[in-house]
Amino acid sequence: MAGTRTPPGTPAYGPGSDAGQPSTPPAPRRGRARATAGSGRMAALLVSPTLLVLTIVVLYPTLMALNESLHGPKGLDPATGFIRTTEPFVGLKNYADIFGAAGERFWNAFWNTTFFTVVTVGLETVIGVAMALIMHKAFRGRALVRAGILVPWAVPTAISGLLWRWIFNSNGIANALVGHQILWTTEGFHAKVAVIVAEVWKTAPFIGLLVLAGLQVIPKEVYEAARIDGASALRQFWHITLPLVKPALLVAVLFRCLDALRMFDLPYILIGAQKNSVETLSMLAQNEASNVRFGPAAAYAVLLFLYVLLIALAFVRLLGADLVGDGAAAGRRRGNKGGRRRIPAPRRAEVSA
Amino acid sequence: MSTTAKWRTWLPYAGVVAVVGYCLAPFYWMLVSSLRRTSDIFDTSLLPSPVSFENFGAVFDPSQGFTRALLNSLIVAGITTSLALLLATFTAYAMARLEFRFKRLILTLVIATSMFPVVSIVVPLLQLFTDIGWINTYQAMIVPSMSFALPLAVWNLTTFFRQMPDELEHAAMIDGCTRGQAFRKIIVPLAAPGIFTTAIITFIAAWNEFLIALTMTNKPEMQTAPVAISKFSGATQFETPFGSQMAAGVLVTVPLVVMVLFFQRRIVAGLTAGAAK
Repeated sequence: MAGTRTPPGTPAYGPGSDAGQPSTPPAPRRGRARATAGSGRMAALLVSPTLLVLTIVVLYPTLMALNESLHGPKGLDPATGFIRTTEPFVGLKNYADIFGAAGERFWNAFWNTTFFTVVTVGLETVIGVAMALIMHKAFRGRALVRAGILVPWAVPTAISGLLWRWIFNSNGIANALVGHQILWTTEGFHAKVAVIVAEVWKTAPFIGLLVLAGLQVIPKEVYEAARIDGASALRQFWHITLPLVKPALLVAVLFRCLDALRMFDLPYILIGAQKNSVETLSMLAQNEASNVRFGPAAAYAVLLFLYVLLIALAFVRLLGADLVGDGAAAGRRRGNKGGRRRIPAPRRAEVSA
Repeated sequence: MSTTAKWRTWLPYAGVVAVVGYCLAPFYWMLVSSLRRTSDIFDTSLLPSPVSFENFGAVFDPSQGFTRALLNSLIVAGITTSLALLLATFTAYAMARLEFRFKRLILTLVIATSMFPVVSIVVPLLQLFTDIGWINTYQAMIVPSMSFALPLAVWNLTTFFRQMPDELEHAAMIDGCTRGQAFRKIIVPLAAPGIFTTAIITFIAAWNEFLIALTMTNKPEMQTAPVAISKFSGATQFETPFGSQMAAGVLVTVPLVVMVLFFQRRIVAGLTAGAAK
């Protein structure tokens, strides 16, 4: 539905090339011009408070961080011998340190973050899709499943960290089930495993819910046709289900990735601060900041920000994730392939946990 | 009935049981553990025997300051949600209904903000708030929380407003309403379930926030519930009070779960069906 609007400034396209929405006649030129002029002023009025707030709480701190990352700690001034009250400008030293002296801790955190993101999002996607398929097949008890599946999402991450620390306690239920005495919450690879298990538990159900929403829009006839053509269940999944839920899945995975890249609460509570095996970039930056080393902390924060930005761009550019979700761009791109049904992109809120 | 046919009928149900079990088992364990006595907290039986509310009593022990933490959480999450919702309703209406330049760019930017690593703004803001003496204040938690609450609310409401047919307003405007009146008298009442749902989602996000609350406070009486629970102390320094942690976890989570189930029903039954009639 949203694709029926033509944003001003984009070249108009004929009704024939539109993605199967013949019901909207092109607006008369005069009428639209008037509407745009009037609504422009109103839009400015309605949108500016939000933009103002976001400028204050996001843009300004980001610029501050950028500035701060170029400054060193207060301390003795080597020239005068007095304690400085301002922080000296040190240029790119904080960044240079990352590739030198402080490098080990940064790169460890960097690889932990990357490892957690890749593994958790991968597992979540597989488990989530499997859950969605199961829920899609089951006609009775769907309300029960939906109720159950929302529970991990609603549990605060901090509380789930405590819950899993209790489960992974040396005398806890996890060891009772495994039958080994594993000290899960001490340094080592098992700590990573504990974090991954807890994270996947919390977020996989929600990917499942989003994919289910995507599955429910696929018309039954498509499957009937495939069955008549003799496609096996596996081939139906691979050639019909997966391509058709791809837009919904892609956006879900993108948001999950970005969320995993800033992971903080879970490893912090489940394992603890300053543990090499699980320290993520967010934890590293927070730790440095709370120890009043603002310069390096800001440098880590800026690098994490750039990393997140890079991944987001890669998703949007390379995989064509439809971020805004109004389908305008996607509709135009796909318009000529003819009557393919668009699956609505999942709503942002549901992806963030 | 052949065996394969039987499998076909029962397999989906087995799947459903597996999914529900996967989701609920850890939560159930939290509940069970919270109902055990401190002396048999390491039991692995599936039911607490005997059932004891000792842990819940310990949570409300004045020395833990849990009541105050709940109040702090309520204040921070409540104010954050109200502010975000107020601003977002207007912005989302403009995003969904009006045509203006840079609309797509602005919407993309707003959404991009919500994916922003929170730590990137927490670090500079911690320094700023230290300088202006805002540490251990509510505003020090509310202001950074807006960075994720506001985009979340804008994004959600935009989707809700978009789902409502244009004809609703056109009809109102033909009947002589101005755009502002149409918004106030037609759109807002019809979008009420959407606004309510958005409020719940935003509230949950703000309620669950940990990093900001942890960084911006160091006095126990200003901590929010998640931070306070993570710092619960036992009788001795070396004993982690798992029982009372689980009990507090249950207390913090159950209201959210109830709210979420309610909100899920609204989404399914809700808005589009009502408005399209």
